Amino acid sequence: MKNKISISNRELTYRLSGEIDHHSAKAARELIDTLIQQQRPILLRLDFSDVGFMDSSGIGLIMGRYRMMTLYGGRVTVVNVPDELKRMMQLSGLGALGVLEEKGEVYETAE
Amino acid sequence: MKLLNEMELCFESRSSNESFARSAVAAFIAQLDPTVSELNDVKTAVSEAVTNCVVHAYKNTIGRITIQVRLMEDGQVVLKIRDRGCGIEDVHKAMEPLYTTAPGEERAGLGFAVMQSFTDQVQVRSVVGKGTTVTLKKRLSRRVSNG
Repeated sequence: MKNKISISNRELTYRLSGEIDHHSAKAARELIDTLIQQQRPILLRLDFSDVGFMDSSGIGLIMGRYRMMTLYGGRVTVVNVPDELKRMMQLSGLGALGVLEEKGEVYETAE
Repeated sequence: MKLLNEMELCFESRSSNESFARSAVAAFIAQLDPTVSELNDVKTAVSEAVTNCVVHAYKNTIGRITIQVRLMEDGQVVLKIRDRGCGIEDVHKAMEPLYTTAPGEERAGLGFAVMQSFTDQVQVRSVVGKGTTVTLKKRLSRRVSNG
């Protein structure tokens, strides 16, 4: 997975790419957690634009980061979810946590 | 129903094989000319089943996972994902959404729920100490007759 990271105004944007499964989620998880601990952002933005496949490991990845950010008093937002992944996101109940943003929103303007 | 084609795949329960397994299955069922969405559904369900074998059946060990795929004349795909791992004590409990025995692995507990949502039928047979067989059935909309 080639992932892109940008940080500004204590907002950390992490753009995931490729396929997210149990195997690949591990590396992404470790990287994001290190960044959270170093940067202490108030907002973690997970950008799914370049994700071509995802199983429920992607849900675990989001939920785990949600817990961590909540612990630090921050929040998580999930942006640019491709249509193929929407059913998985809906099934997960993540919507109830208020982390899913509608596709098409320009994430740079958040906050 | 007449069997059109069949294959069997056997590989070690390493997490790096999760993508291999779903890609290989997708390549095999491509001959039924599935839609992109159907292909994604099957890949997702296979990925969940194989991950269960890696994370649960062969926890802390490496074993063999076998996938049998049967393509039926009516466009039905029958997948059997089999392991010889620890088995599941309570299949009903294991299939409950959000139930997981591996929270440390950051499993969302959605594996079976996803398999059920992305296929037409999920059947689980498990014997503790012997292993588990998950059977997934999904009918593809046949766009081409006599594939």
